[in-house]
Amino acid sequence: MSLGAGEFPRLLAGMPSSGALGLAAHQSLHGPLTLPQRQRSRSEHPLILELERAGLRGYGGAGFPTAVKLHAVAGQGSRPAIVVNGSEGEPLSSKDLLLTSRLPHLVIDGVLVAASLLGSDRVVFALDEQARGPARALKQALSQRHELQQRGAPAITVNAVPSGYLSGQEMALLNVLEGGPAKPTTTPPYPFERGLGGRPTLVLNCETLAQVGLVARHGADWFRALGTSTDPGTRLITVAGAVSYPGVVEVAGGTTLKQLIGASGGLTEPIQGVLLGGYAGSWLGPDTLDLRLDAHQLLERGLRLGSGLVTLMPQSACVVAEVASVARWLQQQSAHQCGPCINGLQAIADALEDLCAGGDRRRVFTRIERWCELVTRRGACSLPDGAASFVSSALRSFRPQFEDHARHGACDNCGAAGVLPTAIIDPVYAA
Amino acid sequence: MSEQLRLDPIACTAHGLCAELLPERIWLDEWGYPVLEDGELSGELLQHARRAADACPTLALRLERQRRAAAARSGTGLRPAGRKPR
Repeated sequence: MSLGAGEFPRLLAGMPSSGALGLAAHQSLHGPLTLPQRQRSRSEHPLILELERAGLRGYGGAGFPTAVKLHAVAGQGSRPAIVVNGSEGEPLSSKDLLLTSRLPHLVIDGVLVAASLLGSDRVVFALDEQARGPARALKQALSQRHELQQRGAPAITVNAVPSGYLSGQEMALLNVLEGGPAKPTTTPPYPFERGLGGRPTLVLNCETLAQVGLVARHGADWFRALGTSTDPGTRLITVAGAVSYPGVVEVAGGTTLKQLIGASGGLTEPIQGVLLGGYAGSWLGPDTLDLRLDAHQLLERGLRLGSGLVTLMPQSACVVAEVASVARWLQQQSAHQCGPCINGLQAIADALEDLCAGGDRRRVFTRIERWCELVTRRGACSLPDGAASFVSSALRSFRPQFEDHARHGACDNCGAAGVLPTAIIDPVYAA
Repeated sequence: MSEQLRLDPIACTAHGLCAELLPERIWLDEWGYPVLEDGELSGELLQHARRAADACPTLALRLERQRRAAAARSGTGLRPAGRKPR
């Protein structure tokens, strides 16, 4: 027995309400896993072609085509390493912790497939140091896999990385795994050229590997049977804010915002706006519920889902205070390596805090907008770009609220409990 | 062979010599860090660009062949062998 092409959900099928889905239940749900042969010839590996035909793109935020990444690592000539990026430094995201704690075998399937294809002997799972529960579940699931007892199987370790927004940035993550600080480095060289221990390294997000495992089992046609032609398959979305059941849901590509809200139990109160893509994303006004969550179509409008993040901003929250607080947090998360990021994010956060308190409002909007432009594409990583998008789209979508604060100072809701968290991990998911 | 300027933002510590030597293509932001304008570098301008790169005290500014620079900007210059993604 296994999942049919049109069956839904896929990733979250069989997920227990507590604890991890065991190996026997996982295998009876998804069927047997046949590992691919290692790529030896110069012609493209059939599974890489299948992943390309599936149109699979990374679910960690950048949306890079997975087949291209695998191709690049496979073409390097020496034995590659694999890093599973589950550090999830974005406070609004919890899908990777959900996968590792509830459905670890789904991710391990993808890891075994990728390691077998690349002939990799070394795999590192990187999880946030606070995620002790998911790390336990993952280690236990790994101990159940007979594939890892066989000759030639990769050595797999689960590594704890420090909590922090930049721990998930792939260059910073590689630095951390080598014993260094969570700071990005200048690229090139890219991880596919020189990564872990100087070896070519495949860095993929947990959900991406889970999807690789499913495509290896069922093929590209099965993958494309759900979703749209421009955003095939399904993806996990962490929904936060004014919904009855905040948390992770699975949706097919092209699902509308309205349907997503329905899947999360509906709105608890009117909203003043929607944040797509988390702290590196964009704010939209409240009249966008017919918007289709199709990554390709969104990108044509300059919008990104990031690691699958949708936040519904309730009417009762103060969006100005919350945007200012996240801007300050992002400034503190900066590695403080690149001048424009060091100075620009500081200037933006200072100005937003002043504005929130009703101070110094002369041409403040123009200045913040100029700084947002000035930091974009001028760092070694995309942290400043994301922060600029988050702040400048907030100014566009909530101009009346910002102007009201500039004129009258703090509002009654400024001190209310925050909708936008600045702690990396919700204790519920860490346990 | 066309060449292009590339800045390593981690290495750059805002000495600002580059903007003096190549004001046609480099200006300084309000914190003194260089902003590079796009555009072809040829003839005399290329000579000035080379001098600007050579003068950078932290070796943050470099002249690179266009193809390499373009590949670096787009994340990777690779395309999968075989068919292009549809």
